[in-house]
Amino acid sequence: MQVTRRQFFRICAAGVGSSSLAALGFAPGEALAEVRTFKLARASETRSTCPYCSVSCGLLIYSLGDGAKNAHKEIIHIEGDPDHPINRGTLCPKGAALLDFVHSPNRLRRPEYRAPGSKEWKPISWDDAFSRIARLMKDDRDKNFIATNEKGETVNRWVSTGMLAASASSNETGYLTQKIARSLGMLAFDNQARV
Amino acid sequence: MTNHWVDIKNTDLVLIMGGNAAEAHPCGFKWVTEAKAHRKAKLIVVDPRFTRSAAVSDFYAPIRAGTDIAFLGGVINYLLSHDRIHHEYVNSYTDFSFLVKDEFGFEDGIYTGYNPEKRSYDKSTWGYQIGSDGFVVTDPTLQNPRCVYQMMKAHYSRYTPDMVSSICGTPRDDFLKICGMIAETSAPDKAMTVMYALGWTQHTQGSQMIRTAAMVQMLLGNIGVAGGGMNALRGHSNIQGLTDLGLLSNLLPGYMTLPGDGEQDYQTYIDKRAFKPLRPGQLSYWQNYGKFFVSTMKAWYGDAATAENNWAYDWLPKLDKGYDLLQVFENMHQGKVNGYICQGFNPLGSAPCKIKVSNSLAKLKYMVIIDPLATETSEFWQNHGEYNDVDPAKIQTEVFRLPSTCFAEEDGSLVNSGRWLQWHWKAADPPGDAKNDQDIMAGIFLRIREMYRKDGGAFPDPILNLTWKHRQPASPSPEELAKEYSGKALKDVTDPKDATKVLVKAGEQLNGFAELRDDGSTSCGCWIFSGAWSEKGNLMARRDNSDPFGIGQTLNWAFSWPANRRILYNRASCDPSGKPYDPTRKVIAWDAATGKWGGADIPDFKPDSAPEDGMSPFIMNPEGVARFFALDKMAEGPFPEHYEPMESPLAANPLHPKNDKARANPAARVFKDDWATFGKPDKFPYVCTTYRLTEHFHFWTKHVRLDAITQPEQFVEIGEELAREKGIKAGDHVRVKSNRGFIVAVAVVTKRIRTLDVAGKKVHTVGVPIHWGFMGIAKNGYLTNTLTPFVGDANTQTPEFKAFLVDVEKV
Repeated sequence: MQVTRRQFFRICAAGVGSSSLAALGFAPGEALAEVRTFKLARASETRSTCPYCSVSCGLLIYSLGDGAKNAHKEIIHIEGDPDHPINRGTLCPKGAALLDFVHSPNRLRRPEYRAPGSKEWKPISWDDAFSRIARLMKDDRDKNFIATNEKGETVNRWVSTGMLAASASSNETGYLTQKIARSLGMLAFDNQARV
Repeated sequence: MTNHWVDIKNTDLVLIMGGNAAEAHPCGFKWVTEAKAHRKAKLIVVDPRFTRSAAVSDFYAPIRAGTDIAFLGGVINYLLSHDRIHHEYVNSYTDFSFLVKDEFGFEDGIYTGYNPEKRSYDKSTWGYQIGSDGFVVTDPTLQNPRCVYQMMKAHYSRYTPDMVSSICGTPRDDFLKICGMIAETSAPDKAMTVMYALGWTQHTQGSQMIRTAAMVQMLLGNIGVAGGGMNALRGHSNIQGLTDLGLLSNLLPGYMTLPGDGEQDYQTYIDKRAFKPLRPGQLSYWQNYGKFFVSTMKAWYGDAATAENNWAYDWLPKLDKGYDLLQVFENMHQGKVNGYICQGFNPLGSAPCKIKVSNSLAKLKYMVIIDPLATETSEFWQNHGEYNDVDPAKIQTEVFRLPSTCFAEEDGSLVNSGRWLQWHWKAADPPGDAKNDQDIMAGIFLRIREMYRKDGGAFPDPILNLTWKHRQPASPSPEELAKEYSGKALKDVTDPKDATKVLVKAGEQLNGFAELRDDGSTSCGCWIFSGAWSEKGNLMARRDNSDPFGIGQTLNWAFSWPANRRILYNRASCDPSGKPYDPTRKVIAWDAATGKWGGADIPDFKPDSAPEDGMSPFIMNPEGVARFFALDKMAEGPFPEHYEPMESPLAANPLHPKNDKARANPAARVFKDDWATFGKPDKFPYVCTTYRLTEHFHFWTKHVRLDAITQPEQFVEIGEELAREKGIKAGDHVRVKSNRGFIVAVAVVTKRIRTLDVAGKKVHTVGVPIHWGFMGIAKNGYLTNTLTPFVGDANTQTPEFKAFLVDVEKV
């Protein structure tokens, strides 16, 4: 009878009767202390910034997978960056739980579409979504664009479609969004700084 | 922030008011703890609730929500009447001696030029007396009754300790104790920092609350110094960056402004913003507006922006009025808006008066949601029982929900509250088919552009000519975009004093905004970010945390706008002769040997202007000095005045008991139909204030397992006295209702909210944390904007979430 160390303890725990198994010679082989490998040692480390408030705590994100074509990285751990001059490695309860934000079951995974009057989402491809949105925006802009006001002054504005930009998005996203919105003549345009 | 997070360690006194840093910015609050431990700094907290910040303060005082101007106006009165001000600082660096127009006046709460129908002012009298030399007339003796000092002194003389106590409900002795502590920092070598957040912005007079505190700081000489400043603790990781980049209805990048309808002439538009100095010898840096503007238009429209077409000036949309969030929802409610795009924004929860927001969204033809998470807004059309009781069949809006990356799945930079631009890197791919925001914006825009190219349509020029120099057009890279907003030379940029000397060669990245030109030879998408990515590389990615000056400046960590400067107005940390007021916390100083300013920071000043030249420290103002008298810059008046919140437990403003026009902010915009939605104290007797918890972030973290565990269920806080009156015990379910709707939540009965004595009556406060909704993995709850009024600050239109009226009953 081959018994591993772990099974041995389980058998022993089952009752006094079985504790005599050891006496009968069913002792496990040599008991080796198993050293769990330190997971972060195999992970790649990426510097980041906490996405919540504006303190900008430095983060270290640890992911597995070497980034090769079929080895997608998976984030397994996030902690404070001890080199960061502001947070010096500390995180608040929200920052400490960031792994659960990245892996939230409510992360959106694919584009969805809700038809007028419908009670449900239907999947839609990126291409179809982009084309349909572009069509709706262009039709609305062409119909409602105001080139001149009642005084005949050039005003070139489009105010029948609006946009709210994300103040948790990067400067690069913000800059691109600003450029696009103004090129379309948008004025009904804000971000969370307004609220 | 005028200063930055680490600099808080240099302070002697912290005033937290209009915020709760220990709860909402815990890791930044650490620097308050550092100052307390190592500088023996003191912490004062003034708040309607005994908050987590109050729990570790040296002194706490309660205040009725929405009365901060009365409190701070009382502090101004104390400092002036006890002569506890920094005399050299105010005499040299502020408008104390400037004379105000004789026609300007203030009567029973209303300034000159008020139009009650329009609820706005003709501000033509709100100005300085200008002499025949074109400069402001001053009286350095400060005796003239029309000088700013005398007028301010008279204005705030009404804010006596008894009046403050009566309006705010703050015990008189507590108020005076705080005045005494604050006054200590009028010593030239003492500094106070003010830390505030939405507790000041989310009022109908929020901007003026902040202004009043800034005036206190000016009187004490606490602006521009290490450990001082006015420090806005901003809410989102890049809310500072998006503001800097001008993603607000009326802004262009770098705090330039869009033209109004009347501004048809390009040169007039520029001249109006390129302020000429109002005093001799002043820099008035906005004189360079044309350089910033032309460089932005070159970044956006490239070769299509030429001197002949005024750099495509006419392509910019012009404003007939503001299109802030509230105005847009009002337009939507009237059926004037067809499409709405929400990029990482959840307006169903964060715009005021949920019923109005919900009804407005239902009038849209189409809506586009771009978000990493399933937000309430994306399902505004879906029936979620008591929390969102709508009939999907009746809502004809087409809705697209597009999944985007989160912070961990993208490269890019964010601007923190202290104006540091810090780069972060992608750690993994997003889940499923999610795309990053740049690819999503490009995906939509490139298709629109293609349709205009093929089919034509309304004014296609700006769309067809928008610069798009990306290696992969469908996927503009963060590196390309960062270089574009930082700026480059399109032709050789030469030294203005020596045309043979080339400063930057054509095609190279610029070192900073001093190299910008208005002749089309430079391109820069956001002038205040200029230099963030120079020929030296991506300075936002720098990670040298060394602090050779010992005051936490870390100049080689990341990049701080403008020009890597860490403390704004730092010239004011020195006396007029250029010596630091506090040598132990030296920020910069004048070095006569080299003829330059220098030290632990980038000087916020002309670097070679000697003290004897007489240039003043506030170089963005045409006066060169800081303003107590705000001229025509604020909607409701040049000196902040206390007005009641739009919904207040008092029938009148105690300062103006007989003038109903001066009850609430006379310049706050109210849409016609919204007057009927405001409640009165007879039916809604309690003051309600909303706030945040350390375990949650807005409406995101109810999707996050650990956060959902730490604060699983919606609750409201009420004081023991109110609980007794209403027969409510801790743990009971209560209904909190305003004139706009109700929420049901668990009652927390607490000593932390005191009942206040206000103008002779008892006032109870109800506290409502905001974080729950009908999406997420935490227990569902009511969106708290169900309760809040549809009215905003008169200047910014930020909604009044911090002071309104409710009733409470046991369910």
